[in-house]
Amino acid sequence: MPAGLDAESAGWIQALAGAGPRREAALARLHAMLVRIAQGEAARRGPRLRITGPELDDLAYQAAADALVAITRKIGQFRGESRFTTWAYKFVIFEVSAKIGRHFWRHPAVPLDAEDWDRLPGWFGADPAHQAEWGDLFAALRRAVDCELTPRQREVFVAIVLNDVPLDTLVLHLGSSRNAIYQVLFAARRKLRAAMVENGYLGEDSAERS
Amino acid sequence: MNGRPALDRFLRTDPRDVGCDQAMEMLHVYAELVASGEPAQQRYPGIAAHLQACGPCGEDFQGLLAAIRGETR
Repeated sequence: MPAGLDAESAGWIQALAGAGPRREAALARLHAMLVRIAQGEAARRGPRLRITGPELDDLAYQAAADALVAITRKIGQFRGESRFTTWAYKFVIFEVSAKIGRHFWRHPAVPLDAEDWDRLPGWFGADPAHQAEWGDLFAALRRAVDCELTPRQREVFVAIVLNDVPLDTLVLHLGSSRNAIYQVLFAARRKLRAAMVENGYLGEDSAERS
Repeated sequence: MNGRPALDRFLRTDPRDVGCDQAMEMLHVYAELVASGEPAQQRYPGIAAHLQACGPCGEDFQGLLAAIRGETR
């Protein structure tokens, strides 16, 4: 048991580490709590998703069940840095997130490898009525994407920016991890910004530390 | 709108950014600090930088914060 735990967290750990009816009751209570959090999280993200009704509820129940398994498996890793419930909520939030990513992988809004450069200005909120103001800017960005990025960086940039593919969906598509894809995109952003600054399309920024 | 400010924001990177793995490892600690009004950004600037730049991790953070605050219950 981690030192300095609050009483409620200590109670959870004792009950879940034990056996018999007390543990069963704690598991049931934890499951009910995880379902409630998963449903709330699914509903919070719902307005931006094309998942509704029973499908969204199923997703919440699956997320809660998988989170419960993960929590009981990893309970020995709980170090008491937060309340137990906060640590447990993290698992179910991650499960909801992962299941939404998987849903979009199975039902992509656009082909993941499509390449429609006309979408680029819109992604950055450029008004089509003022193309004269931004035409050169996005033409320069496209040149930088083609000339500066590695094939992997280009693939990630095109999927996320041009095709609006959720990062978690791309992770599944490429069989990678969220961190690995984020690092690829991070490096791509740095390269593109450097090129855009060098060619006079964006200004130097003293806040830029890289 | 010509898209330049949004493009500039998107391409800007912060070297303090710790990446997804480290941010997610500490997310419960960070979120609890934020929920209790502690200066989490000052204590964990690398996590703060990451959550601002990474859409999926930022979304997970908002979800966890809502759960802690009871907004989803």
